[in-house]
Amino acid sequence: MSVVVTDLDAAVSDAAAHLYVWALKDIPQDLRDALADAAARETSVTGQRVLQTILRNVTVAEDEKNLVCQDTGIAVYYCLVGEHFPLHPARIYAALREGTERATVEHPLRSNTVHTLTRENTGPNVGYRVPIVHWDFVPDWDGLDVKCVPKGSGSENMSFLKMCVPADGVTGIKKFVLESIVGAGGKPCPPGIVGVGIGGSADYAMHLAKEAIARPVGTHNPDPLVAELEQDLYGLLNETGIGPMGLGGDVTVLSVHVEHADTHMTLNPVAVNYQCWAARRASAHVAADGSVAYERDA
Amino acid sequence: MATHEVTFPVTDPAGITKLRAGDEVIVQGHIIGIRDRTQIRIFDQGIEPPMDLSGAFLLHTAPNVRKLGPGRYEKLCIGTTTSARMVRFTEGLGSQYGVRAICGKGGFPDEAIEPMQRLGMVYFAIVGGAAALETTQIEEIEEVAWEELMPECLWKFRVKDFGPLTVGIDAHGGSLYHDVQARAHSKLEEIYARL
Repeated sequence: MSVVVTDLDAAVSDAAAHLYVWALKDIPQDLRDALADAAARETSVTGQRVLQTILRNVTVAEDEKNLVCQDTGIAVYYCLVGEHFPLHPARIYAALREGTERATVEHPLRSNTVHTLTRENTGPNVGYRVPIVHWDFVPDWDGLDVKCVPKGSGSENMSFLKMCVPADGVTGIKKFVLESIVGAGGKPCPPGIVGVGIGGSADYAMHLAKEAIARPVGTHNPDPLVAELEQDLYGLLNETGIGPMGLGGDVTVLSVHVEHADTHMTLNPVAVNYQCWAARRASAHVAADGSVAYERDA
Repeated sequence: MATHEVTFPVTDPAGITKLRAGDEVIVQGHIIGIRDRTQIRIFDQGIEPPMDLSGAFLLHTAPNVRKLGPGRYEKLCIGTTTSARMVRFTEGLGSQYGVRAICGKGGFPDEAIEPMQRLGMVYFAIVGGAAALETTQIEEIEEVAWEELMPECLWKFRVKDFGPLTVGIDAHGGSLYHDVQARAHSKLEEIYARL
């Protein structure tokens, strides 16, 4: 049996600190493969120049042990908490906050968090309601899964919501995603992952769109109807010619992920959340005894 | 599409006017880092920048650095931010300060085309997110002004083989962003017709 760590607060805090920096330096394998595939099929000169530079950058980040992108983002964590995990979510939040702060100071990382009105920097990537943590709870389990998704502002600024009406149907959903990605052009650092949230309510649709970008490339929505929409949108978006960094080309998006919820009979919300090519994420599993296992590609 | 090497600051306007949208460019010399708050201070608050910007290459950046001493910083990770937020400063940078090149990611909207043509300026597209590589091409942080705006200060970097950059908007009215958007919009019409 492995060594038992009893200080769960410290274990969660250490996990957050490690995940934040790790995610920024070492992008997941599914993304590396998708970028290599993109380079293999891109035919435009500027698109090739961009993709080759991206691939070179991923290698340089590894060799120099540097951040892939300078934008250390806003720290977002997704927590899946087991019913019997011995640390209350209020304490988990405090530990995630402490870990984010420590990583920022010790590395050091650029501090991005500001007061939204005064624009004054609030300190080491923490502030009022920052980091942002999303919670899910599962019965009959005593573990904690934490996924860190530090998302840069270039892509987060390219988030869009439309309250389509039921009569707009699936065509309305497709049109809105298309016009959003064309309008975004090169700003969100394409080619990346397009997250789409449909159904629910206005706020929940955006939540789902964000959750969708945190899924590995190559995963599909388990609902065949939704998976078909993902595939359709992927094909259509890559017809637009926006290309790598919006300079024109064949590869506009690496993947389209759609998450859905049932909705009101008169609602048809569509939210789009873009994730840049440097789609950073890293995960950890914290066991009830405080031992931590890390997983880059989850 | 040609490949050029340009050293900044430029003294001869021909160094800029020879560039055409789509060309590849490698930059040598000195470049100036600038961002939202830096330009808000210059233009909205009317405070003169304490660095010479004539013939300059401006980079839209807010670097990760480590402080070594008063006014001295070590580079950690330097990358480039989205330019579109700062397009309204283009005219002033060219006409009041003689800036010749603005480099960022994601491009400038069409409102930048006319002032860039009139003032002999170019927009260089860098690969957004490729900060690890960019950092290796910045040899040193030579000067920092307005440290209280950290990290959105005014930075002076010495660079070597900075790039590859793509000329996104040239000094002749050419813009890759305009062309790509125009083509995409006509493509959208075609797609909508079959949805």
